[in-house]
Parts: sequence; structure tokens; C-alpha cells
Amino acid sequence: MVTFDIKKLNVWFDSTQALKSVTMQILPNEILSIIGPSNSGKTTFLRMLNRLNDLNTRFKMNGDVLFDGQDIRKVDVELLRRKVGMVFALPLPLPLSIFDNVAYGMKMAGVNNRKRLAQVVENALKQAYLWEEVKDRMGESAFKLSGGQQQRLCIARTLAVEPEVILFDEPCSGLDPISTAKIEDAMVKLKEKYTIVLVTNNVKQAARVGDRTAFFLNGELIELDKTEKIFTVPQDNRTDGYIRGKFG
Amino acid sequence: MRKFKEFIIEKLILVCGIASIFFVVLIFLFLLKEGLAVFNIVGPFNFLFGKSWYPISDPPQLGILPLILGSLLVTLGAAIISIPIGVGCAIYIAEVAPLKIKEILKAGIELLAAIPSVVLGFIGMVTLVPIVKNVFHLPTGLTALSGSIMLAFMAMPTIVSIAEDALYSIPKTYKEGALALGATHWQTIWRVMLPAASSGILAAIMLGIGRVIGETMAVMMITGNAAVIPNSILAPVRTLTATIAAEMGEAVVGSEHYFALFAIGIVLFVISFAINVTADLFLHKKQ
Repeated sequence: MVTFDIKKLNVWFDSTQALKSVTMQILPNEILSIIGPSNSGKTTFLRMLNRLNDLNTRFKMNGDVLFDGQDIRKVDVELLRRKVGMVFALPLPLPLSIFDNVAYGMKMAGVNNRKRLAQVVENALKQAYLWEEVKDRMGESAFKLSGGQQQRLCIARTLAVEPEVILFDEPCSGLDPISTAKIEDAMVKLKEKYTIVLVTNNVKQAARVGDRTAFFLNGELIELDKTEKIFTVPQDNRTDGYIRGKFG
Repeated sequence: MRKFKEFIIEKLILVCGIASIFFVVLIFLFLLKEGLAVFNIVGPFNFLFGKSWYPISDPPQLGILPLILGSLLVTLGAAIISIPIGVGCAIYIAEVAPLKIKEILKAGIELLAAIPSVVLGFIGMVTLVPIVKNVFHLPTGLTALSGSIMLAFMAMPTIVSIAEDALYSIPKTYKEGALALGATHWQTIWRVMLPAASSGILAAIMLGIGRVIGETMAVMMITGNAAVIPNSILAPVRTLTATIAAEMGEAVVGSEHYFALFAIGIVLFVISFAINVTADLFLHKKQ
């Protein structure tokens, strides 16, 4: 049983090839970290999984991406995006209250029962380690929260639509170490229920939280293995060079 | 020497900057001086709310309520037509249209803005007026409705281009954030993009309406020019602007009629000013 099965995936933006014949699997309830220098195709790969690349008019692909055995091009895209949630690099609360930010996805999906909304919102905020900090100010604008809180709000918002997979796109790139630690704690806890794919520029973060780690370079998947192995006995010289900080 | 050059250029630019303000003030003062004289003949209340406009009867009756209502009716009609279509068009251009259609549409809108209003009025007179007459079985097609429809065409380019700018300048991340939660494209537009761009869109609407209220030529040609209080949108009306344009040529300088026309100018000035200030407030709120 695999969550994502990716076979010979090629992606182009106009004539620039962003991913080159990537074949890999993502397993249920793991944290898969994806590392690599900028322009290596990590984010493109991540945005493949919830079809966010479709928004780009220059996007072309071939190969297969199967989610729970189904071709993602054939499933309903809104349903796919609810099942495969995403947390972005910059926290981007919607211009709404804290409560409405978390409830937004459910409302879009047609849930209007207030009691149920309130309960799901509370649960989601608890899972994102944010509930204690905001429970008395749910009506306030989400912009009043600090950067770290906003990012946890975005995680809660993603959790509220009850996804199977959560994609993190450099979720801590703009955050201080304490906020980063809180988000990493949340991720480790979340993998009990969800499959997590984490794109990060921070190699140490991959080492701390990842069960498996994939190394991308220039659009190719160079190596994918258990995190301990990648960080102790990598098979490929280029992986070794990157994690030791020789380039990238 | 270089210092001196700098000094001269700086002062020159200063003069240019002050000139525009200076002229506005001058125009405003002149308008006030000529217009306020009318209040020696009729009180402000009777002027604004008087029901009959017979400037050359003896004694002249100078009530501009029919003109104000005429302007408001035509503007309201134009707003009702142009706002939904204009905002819809902006959404289509900014969000839905494929690149090619988007470029064609934008060029088309700019072209629409470039048509002189007298030409629009002329086309309206020949095409729209007979249609209105026949569809509603009226004695004449020169009605407030005809004026509203033609003015809607004039407000549309302003509304579309400014609203489209407002939608376009929303951070792309908002859209992605909403879509990534499984919202449909339309839900994203309705619940995220429109609220986020609301101040810009309101400003677009206000500026579009501002253009309609000040428009003269087209309305003069197709609204029928009857200075009576309109009882429906299918009646002929006369607007504030058309009154000034039509009567200024024949008013004797220094007569009550002459002063009254200037006073109408003040009323128009105040209305346009209020609309522009409101639009400005909305635009600033955005930043």
C-alpha cells in the first residue's frame, strides 16, 4: 500500500525541463523530506502532488502520478486538493478572522453546521499546537498573529479539511528557531494520522524529522533512502557533497 | 554653476506643481463668484429643491430639482447596467480568460474608452433610440433609459480597467492558498479575491460613476432634454450638465439665468468632488 506512486514523471515549463524522469513512492504515515539546492525541482515536485502546477499555463507533463492507486489527472481536482493539503513557505492567512481562516476549507466544502465547525476548528488548532494561544481571540483578524502563529494557523486550516497527506513547502523558512521547533513537533505528532511530505532548504531539519529523505538535483531524483542512511552513508557523491555543504 | 542649474530646475518644477493647484483654485473662485450671485434672487433651498426650471419666464423660476433628479436617474440607470457587467468583465479578464482573449478584450476596452462621447451619442440616437421607442411603445425613444444605456458604455472602460488592476494586484498566494484547500475556482474568486480587491473595485465603480455624472454630450443628444421631474425611467429627462451646455450660449451675461447656470456648475463640482474623494479614500484604504 503506497500513498503516492510516481512513475517516470517529466515536467516542463515551456521548454525548460523542471523534473526529469522521477520515479518514487511515498508511503503512508511517513515524513518524507525532500532536500536539494534551489532550482532542483523540489517545489515543482511537491506542487505536482496536489496539481497546483496546473495553474501555470506553461506547464506540461508526462509520466504518471498515482494517488491511492488513481491517476491524479482523472480525479476531481478539488477533492484531490482537500485530501492532499498544503502549507506554504510564507504563512498566508486569508483576510478573515482566526476562526474563519480555519473554517474556510470546510465551508467551501459545504459544511455549515456551526457546532460541527466549532468542534473541527478547535481540534485542528489543538493539533497544530495553537489552540491555547488563540482560544480567547477567535474573532480577531488572522493578521494580528505573529509569523510563527500564522504558520501554525495555516497548518490548522489544512488539517481542518481532514486531508490524508500534508505537503509542507519550506514551512519554516521565515521563522525563528522556537517557532520552527514548535512546527517540527507538530509534524512528528501529525504523522501518526497523516502522510507528510516536507520540502526544506534546511538539511538539519530533514535530518531531525524525516523518516526517509530524497535528494533532488537539477530536476533529477539522485537518491532516496532512510534518513539515517542518507546522512551517514549516502550512496551518491553528490548527495554527500550537498549534505556536507560543499555546494547548494 | 551646477548648483545654480539645480536651483533653476527645482524652482521650475515647483512652479509647474503649483500651477495646477493655482488654476483649480482660480476656476473654483470664479465659479463661486458667478454662481453664488443667484442666491440673491432665489434662496439656496428653493434653488436646489424648486420644482420648476423656467429660466426665461418672467419672473424666472430657477428650481433645479428636475435637473438633479434627471442626472441622478440617468446615473443610477447607468450604474445598474455598468457595474455588474464591468466587474464581471474585470473578473473574466483577470481570472478566467485565456491569454489571447485577454489581450483582445483589453484592447477592445481601451478602444471603447477612446470613442468620443459625441460619437457614442450620435450612434445611440440612430440605433438605440428607435429600439427603446419600439420595445416600450413610447411616443419618443429619447428617454432616461436610452441615456443610461449609452452612459453605461462610457463608464465601463473605467470600471473594467481599474477593477482588473485591483484583482491582478492581489498576491498570487491568496489564490493558491484557497485553491490548495480544495476551493473551486469560483469559490476562490467570490470568497477570497473579490473581498481582497474590494477597495479597488469600489474605487473603480466610483470613478466610473464620476465619469457618468460629468458626461454632457451624449446625454444631451439622447435623453430628450425635458426639464420636468421624471416619473419613470422611460420619460425624457434633462441632466445638470446638458442644461449648462444647452443654455449657456443663449443666456445673457449678468442675467439671473446666467448666474443660475453657474450655480448648477457649483452643484456639479461638489458632486464630482465628493465622488472623487470617496474613490480616493477607498484606494488609500487598499494601501
